[in-house]
Parts: sequence; structure tokens; C-alpha cells
Amino acid sequence: MKAMFAGFVAIAVIAVGADLALDRAGFAADEKFAGQAVRLD
Amino acid sequence: MLRMVFAFVLQLGLLVGAVQAQDTTAPVEVDRSATGGAQTLEDILARQRGEKLDDSFRRNATGDPDIAAGITQQLGTLGGASDAEVWRQLRYGSADVTVSSGGEVASVLMQDGGMPWLTFRDGPLRQYGGWLLLGTLGALVVFYVLRGRIPVDGEMTGRTVTRFKFIERMAHWTLAGSFIILGVTGLLTLFGRAFIAPYLGKDINSFLLIYGKWLHNSVAWAFMVALVLVFVMWVVHNIPNRTDLVWIRQFGGIIGNKHPPAKKFNAGQKVIFWSVILFGASISVSGLSLLFPYELPLFAKTFAVLNDIGIPQWIGFGTLPEQLSPQEEMQFAQAWHAIMAFVLMAIIIAHIYIGSVGMEGAYDAMGSGEVDEAWAHQHHSIWLEEEKAKAAGSAKGATPAE
Repeated sequence: MKAMFAGFVAIAVIAVGADLALDRAGFAADEKFAGQAVRLD
Repeated sequence: MLRMVFAFVLQLGLLVGAVQAQDTTAPVEVDRSATGGAQTLEDILARQRGEKLDDSFRRNATGDPDIAAGITQQLGTLGGASDAEVWRQLRYGSADVTVSSGGEVASVLMQDGGMPWLTFRDGPLRQYGGWLLLGTLGALVVFYVLRGRIPVDGEMTGRTVTRFKFIERMAHWTLAGSFIILGVTGLLTLFGRAFIAPYLGKDINSFLLIYGKWLHNSVAWAFMVALVLVFVMWVVHNIPNRTDLVWIRQFGGIIGNKHPPAKKFNAGQKVIFWSVILFGASISVSGLSLLFPYELPLFAKTFAVLNDIGIPQWIGFGTLPEQLSPQEEMQFAQAWHAIMAFVLMAIIIAHIYIGSVGMEGAYDAMGSGEVDEAWAHQHHSIWLEEEKAKAAGSAKGATPAE
């Protein structure tokens, strides 16, 4: 069971890590498909 | 090679849906003298009936001053190009479009692959995909009723042998857990509007899709990492060999009472392994194409390779399109991604069955990693002997020299 839980934790870590990393790397949808003119930030 | 053939057959299945508006009958000959060569009501009706229509009379009717009405005539143009020609150029992708942003994607102002794709997605994809999964579940229920749980013959010995190490089991569960999340969220995406929104409401469907999309896009990376890990760790044990033939001849002992010898993985497990690797890789590649829209086009190049080999022509599908708009690339990627996923889901449902309720003792291999010797002897006798020999060798090596 420990291996199973470790696997599930790995899923969470990789998923969150990938999301954050891609976001920081400029792959967020608003970065890719919207110009500054239509940003709200 | 087998993989490519299989992939091609499935791609052709997709194409049947994608070009169904063109594959039913021979081209319709239409007299267009009444419209001066422009499309007629019969052209429009034939297209709506899904009949094959040679549209070259429209596609090529651009840029030629001779076909334009004279300047002094009614509807005469001031040159070689008319508004209608511009619209035809846009319609068939031959217009010289310049856009200030958005790149090649934004320069496609019209593309007509959308409706066939949507029709395929909302029709055959859902229908056949859904029935494939339900059919697999039904077949397993019937099999369970007929065959019951495959027991371990005789008594358990109480002695165990390590079947999978911690890292192997962890990688397995990372792959398994991520695949289940991806499968469920993928099914929600495909079926949510048809089966959740009408019954539970659009708000709930929207909530599921918003978070399901994030899960799908993010958990996909865990799936890909685990897929690589599993491949690296187990590929050496999954190379086919002669014992597989014996296993296949005896149906793996699933039907009947024989227990064919097997190494660490039997032929059935090898089929599962290679299915996971090949389908998983194909799903991953098409998924990456979808994760980074328009940046990783796959299908025009794939079709070109297949055309060069001659497979589509050989089967009678003619030449596959080698010029695809960026949007069509995405449509093919989505459809292919879903088809591959449905097939792998069906296979994995069977895998889950045999690894849990279908076979006594099987879950321990991935649960604790320790299996009873009686189970190991019954299902992996060659592997058990190898493990015993290794253990004996280690014990001998550990004995102090006299």
C-alpha cells in the first residue's frame, strides 16, 4: 500500500509542478494566445 | 511495422468519419449553364446529402480575368478579381492573407474540417467508444459468471517471493492512478454535455469540465513520466520468446485448468505491457500536440509518409490529404487521441479485472509486492525457479569459506 500511496503522491507532485513550471515558462493560455491589449492585469 | 499498420487502420476509421460527406457515391455531374458556371441548387442539395461533389469548378474559379463578367456587363468587375472570387479563395485556403498577429493559424479565415470533426466527435466517437467500454465491462461480467475467480490450486505455502520492488510498484501506481484520472476526465469532456448537463445541470457540468481540464492537462505529465519509467524497468522482461507460444496455445490457463510455464511476464502480460507502451505513447504524442496547440502538427506529415508507402491507395482510400490547416491538425489530433484512449481504456479494464477480482493472489504482486510461492509456481513457474536459484546462489556466496 505504501507504494500505491507514494505513486499517488507522485502524481500530485508532478501535476502541480508541471502546471507551475509551464505557467512560469510562458505557456499559460493567456500568454500564448492573447496580447497585452486584451489583458486585465 | 505492426504498430504502424494498426495505427493506419484506426486513422482510416477516423477519416471515414471525417470525410463521410464525400465517400458515399460517385461524383454527381451537374449542368451549370443556367448559372453561368456558378454552383446550382443541385450542387448545394448534393452536398447536403453527403454526396461526392467535384468542387473544382469553384475552387479553381479564381484569378482568371477571362471568367469574370465584362466591365460593361451587369455584375461586371473592374478587373480579374471579384468579391465572389475573394470569398472562394478564402473558402478554399488559397487567398493571400496577411495578419498582424496570431501567425499561420489566424490567417485561416475559413476551414471546413470543423463540421465533419464535430459530427464525428458527437456521433461515432461517442457511440462506438461508449459501447466499447460498456461491452468490455459486460464481457468481463459474463466471463466472471462463467469462469469465476481463478483460484490458486491447492493450499498457499505461506512462503513468499518478491514479485515487484517498491520502485516498480510505485511507478505502476503512478501510471495507473494518472491513467484513471485521465480516463475519467477525458470521458467527462466527451460525454459531459450529453449526459451530465441535461441531468445534473450545466453548472455542475461546467464545474467538472473546468477542473477536469486542469487535471487532464496536468496529470498527463505524471502519466508520461511513469510510462517512461515502466518501459525502462520492464522492457527487458517483455521481449517475446518461445514460452509465450506455449502460453498462448494453452490460453494462459484462463480457459481450462492448465498452467503454462512463464517467466516474469507471461504472454498475456506482455500484450498488456506493449499495449500500454504503444497506445500510451501514441496518446502522449497526440496529447502533447493538443497541449501545445498548433505547435506540434502530426498528421499531414504522417499522411505523407503513409502515402509514400502506398498503404492508403492499397486499401482503396486514395491519397490522404497532405495539406492540412492548423485547425484540421488539431481536429485529427483530438480524434486520434480519443480513439487510442478508448482502446487502451478497454484493455486496462480487462487488466484491472484480472489483477483484482479475476484471479486469486494477483493483487498481492502490486499490493505488497510479495506473492505466495504457490501462486508464483502456478502462473510464473520459470520465473520462480530463477528467483529460487538466485536466492540459493546468494546464500551459497554468503557462506564463509572453510
